[in-house]
Amino acid sequence: MPSPAFHSPKSVADAVALLAADPDARVISGGTDLIVQMKSGRVAPTSIIDIKRIGGMIGVRQDSSGFKIGAATPCTALKDDKALAAAWPGVVEAANLIGSVQVRGRATMAGNLCNASPAADSVPALVAAGATCRIVGPGGMRELAAEMITSGPGQTRLAPGEIIAEICLPLRPRGGGDAYLRSIPRTEMDIAVVGAGAALVLDASGTCTAARIALGAVGPTVILAEAACAALVGTRLDDAALDAMAQEVRAVCQPIDDKRGTAAYRTAMAAVLARRVVKLAQARAGVAE
Amino acid sequence: MTRMLITATINGDTCDFLADPADTLLDALRGELGLTGSKEGCGSGDCGACTVMMDGDMVCSCLVLAAEAEGRVISTIEGVADGSQLHPIQRKFLELGALQCGFCTPGFIVAAKALLDRNPDPSESEVRYWLAGNLCRCTGYDKIVHAVLDAAAELRQDHQSRRMPA
Amino acid sequence: MNAPESKRAFRLVGTRPVRPDGVDKVTGKALYGPDFVAAGMIHGAILRSPHPHARIKAIDTSKAEALAGVKAVVTGADFPSSASHEIALGEGTGNVRYASQNCMAQGKVLYEGHAVAAVAATSEAVARAALELIEVEYAVLPHVMDIASAMASDAPLLHDDIFTKGLDPKPERASNVPLRFTTARGDPAAAIASAYTVVSGKFTLLPVHQGYIEPHACVASWNGDGQGQIWASSQGAFMIRELTAGILGISQANIRVTPLEIGGGFGGKTTIYLEPVAMLLSRKSGRPVRLAMRRDEVFRASGPAPGGEVEITMAADADGTITGTELEFKLMGGAFPGSDTHPAAFSALAHYNIANCRVTGWDVLCNMASTAAYRAPGAPQTVFAVESCIDELAIRLGIDPIALRLKNAVRPGDIGLMRVPAGEVGYVECLEAAQAHPHWSAPLGPNQGRGVAGGVWGNYGGSSTVVVSVADDGSVLVTTGSPDIGGSRASMAIMAAETLEIAYEQVRVNIADTSSIGFSMLTGGSRTTFATGKAVVQACEAVIADLCGRAAAMWGVESSQVVWRDAAVHCMAGEQKDQVLTLRELAAKANFGKGPIAAEISLNATGILPGFGVHICDTEVDPETGHVAIVRYTVVQDVGTAIHPDYVEGQMQGGAAQGIGWALSEGYLFDKSGRMENPGFLDYRMPVCSDLPMIETVMIEKPNPAHPYGVKGVGEVPIVPPLGAVANAVSRTVGLRQRDLPMTPDRVWSQLQTAKA
Repeated sequence: MPSPAFHSPKSVADAVALLAADPDARVISGGTDLIVQMKSGRVAPTSIIDIKRIGGMIGVRQDSSGFKIGAATPCTALKDDKALAAAWPGVVEAANLIGSVQVRGRATMAGNLCNASPAADSVPALVAAGATCRIVGPGGMRELAAEMITSGPGQTRLAPGEIIAEICLPLRPRGGGDAYLRSIPRTEMDIAVVGAGAALVLDASGTCTAARIALGAVGPTVILAEAACAALVGTRLDDAALDAMAQEVRAVCQPIDDKRGTAAYRTAMAAVLARRVVKLAQARAGVAE
Repeated sequence: MTRMLITATINGDTCDFLADPADTLLDALRGELGLTGSKEGCGSGDCGACTVMMDGDMVCSCLVLAAEAEGRVISTIEGVADGSQLHPIQRKFLELGALQCGFCTPGFIVAAKALLDRNPDPSESEVRYWLAGNLCRCTGYDKIVHAVLDAAAELRQDHQSRRMPA
Repeated sequence: MNAPESKRAFRLVGTRPVRPDGVDKVTGKALYGPDFVAAGMIHGAILRSPHPHARIKAIDTSKAEALAGVKAVVTGADFPSSASHEIALGEGTGNVRYASQNCMAQGKVLYEGHAVAAVAATSEAVARAALELIEVEYAVLPHVMDIASAMASDAPLLHDDIFTKGLDPKPERASNVPLRFTTARGDPAAAIASAYTVVSGKFTLLPVHQGYIEPHACVASWNGDGQGQIWASSQGAFMIRELTAGILGISQANIRVTPLEIGGGFGGKTTIYLEPVAMLLSRKSGRPVRLAMRRDEVFRASGPAPGGEVEITMAADADGTITGTELEFKLMGGAFPGSDTHPAAFSALAHYNIANCRVTGWDVLCNMASTAAYRAPGAPQTVFAVESCIDELAIRLGIDPIALRLKNAVRPGDIGLMRVPAGEVGYVECLEAAQAHPHWSAPLGPNQGRGVAGGVWGNYGGSSTVVVSVADDGSVLVTTGSPDIGGSRASMAIMAAETLEIAYEQVRVNIADTSSIGFSMLTGGSRTTFATGKAVVQACEAVIADLCGRAAAMWGVESSQVVWRDAAVHCMAGEQKDQVLTLRELAAKANFGKGPIAAEISLNATGILPGFGVHICDTEVDPETGHVAIVRYTVVQDVGTAIHPDYVEGQMQGGAAQGIGWALSEGYLFDKSGRMENPGFLDYRMPVCSDLPMIETVMIEKPNPAHPYGVKGVGEVPIVPPLGAVANAVSRTVGLRQRDLPMTPDRVWSQLQTAKA
């Protein structure tokens, strides 16, 4: 296998041009998926495009519409942004469950999304939070909801030459709270057997007015469990509502048996984690900003 | 196969070295640069034996391409001691018997130093979760955690006594 | 010199000085197997079989040989054919023909990952590119991955010349079962038939790996005149020499093996995989060749520990006396014979005094990597079943589980399956210490349970050679041939300094290559502090005798009229009475007189004693998810004398951690095509730092009378009790007997669901 070419473009336009010119080019930010796959022979890029030297690609900024997270921002840096960590603790925690501290010093949520593993940790939290991605390509710029990025295991809806430039999160709604939990065999270092992210909005009386529940590793892509969400809206998240939600969660799972877990276990754990993560999000929603 | 010329600061020294675009930083450190203190245990970021500091972040050098090191500041196990003066973490590992075969030790020392540079008073649980990316098969981690906590205490005391008026 | 009858305070033995090789290891200077560079070195890579079982019809290496940068290609055809013969290896024997075929397939591949060809080239990248150009034509054969399939009468055979040893009459048809071994005493069937109560069960385990963080690696240089050098890490440089010479058909003196620092072995580095291949590549290319395994190769193609099944029936009286036991185990030995059948059989019940017992073991081949030793090989598997049964008996009889073990524990003088009376063994002391420990009576929280288990390992003595020499400034060098896996240099220095009555820092320890010192058996079997330590002490005593003789001659008195005390010879009679000559003074004069001061001792150490352990484990189980957390863990062990307590505690904690991983999360997984699904640290799950609590250690010192400082081997015992301790804890936590390892969350959850229904 001949060695790839290595490029360090200084602008998004240059990166897009390089990507568009070589169908076998791959973007590198953290490299924590790409380099592993190169070594195992799963991918053999003919060029590697490092986006970390592009201005604005690393860092979190906040404006009136919410948070803009540069695509090359490593997971550990998300924790350092106090405003983001206060607004979307579920997203920041989810990103900071990926791998080890060493991996998180490099890995990015954009990379996690684009790698399109069904078990990606940051994805259910991003989807629950209503994240969108600003995509730049040869045809210009477009926005896509986080849950639309992945189309199947290892597959995205990015067209040739397109890269994610930014991940956008709305401002935390009044009465909002989010959380992410996952099931792994050890205490750290494992790929999620099941992941569940929840973002709720509660009104002043504690009634749930909006809910987004996203499940990871129980289907080929993240599942936004709409019926489960509906079971919570209008309720005060009492046991009956949670039971109904859990039932809808189980119904929507389509997991497989693999070396990391059985289908039956995954379905059961999806329901267990959904309950726990809703309770966590509820507790956070009760805390005023 | 055209190799690239990379310039980086390694343990305080400016270094130039050649690297193939597919080489990792670990390959470059252990090969071209002759710094074999960082080890390859798995090549996939699961064991931490290759842990180095890059621009202030603790990373697995097996998951960094050598080409990405251009212009960056890197420190490895070889740069932890001050000449022949051991860092308190290194001394505590020796005093408390926190190594048996010693293969994982460089990764642990770099990782532990990264922790104590950020958090001078970690709890046992914080130490254990910070070091979860460093595998040890010999010790069961007990003496390693004790060594890190002891080193933290000594560093806090040093810091205190240096701040006290003469 | 024998161990003192009463425990007296030593000056250095029992203290915790810094190890002499420590600074190199905390600064990254120490050179391990993959770190060594030879001038002009080129790089090797190995092509491995994608099939678990196939005949090799043809190999075409021509395209690989033509690739620019390739300097040599080697296949099984380059290996001399060797008759099947046994050599002493580790604590048992090894077969040279099988070792040769395991290093590189000759005619057949027997597991996915089996080496088929190798290339040496100017860079690793070129070598790997060349591998892709080698064309191998396979005739794929059906494979067997489990015991039932492997033992079936129509099973596909891995070898056509294996006839089960230990069956009478000898079988006429070849099979996948190299060995059936049985040992018994008394009448266990009668005891079981007439017992007050009987418990029985079938226990299953998966293959597991030793999990050393340093992958196998070596550099070899073999000249046309037949002389070769190897630089490698291993548990025994002499073992490398012997096996490589045997496989390549050359004399041992023609190979010098230089030991590099070793990054973990645990038994997995008591044999070789790469060295003969590297030697052949070097011979063909005329260059030194580095050959190393990547992590997935370590999992697929080194030597894991066998999984298998253990069936046990245990009978007891109402008062808890275990009257009879029948135990039958089948372990999956992998591609070649040898899966620890004898030690598994003899360790199963060696910590108890049971009048009637039969233990039967089967070695069963299957299409996975050939198993190798893993810390007390065979014992964790059989003792898991025994300790689980004892726990069940304790619950059924309403007897405290430690009291039940005390009732049946082996005591000095008891005669067991090995037909020799037990010596100064300390199982009873360990059980009593566990019972008295605060952990045993600490309160438990919700969803928590406590398990206890005991275990034993026989340990080993074996051959060691040591040289002790004194420089003319009085500093002392101890040279051994025993690789230092976990701090043994420090223990050797302590024993030497203690014997010579000098400062610890005055002694330095060197581990020599195979051309620089006589033979030592490998570092394994928990033998090094015992056997090499004995040789160190005897060599120091010989040096002392020599120094006394020189001083006596100078004073004109008999040797019996001088004594050695405080690192000096004291004259006790004659005109020079009360004169003193120090070590330093005698050393300074040595080359003007009798010559250099040095002593070499070669011995085959006898007088070993087994080690015993008792582990207490508290687990907490999340009833909704099946997750098991270890919340508290205590290791009690009979250690003889702890020469350096840090390193003894380290063995206890490390062995316990490996056993915890074995019990909860580790195991080889294969897909239907016989390929390993988890050959990496991501999905082969060893405990990480956040998975474990502090591991408390209690060292019981009951000295071994046959060692000058009372040493008993300590390294292997601590992996034997944890499988039972953790399983008993989980069983008591969830109220369901655990018989299948690993106890992963989905398995525990699944049992809880079934129990609810």
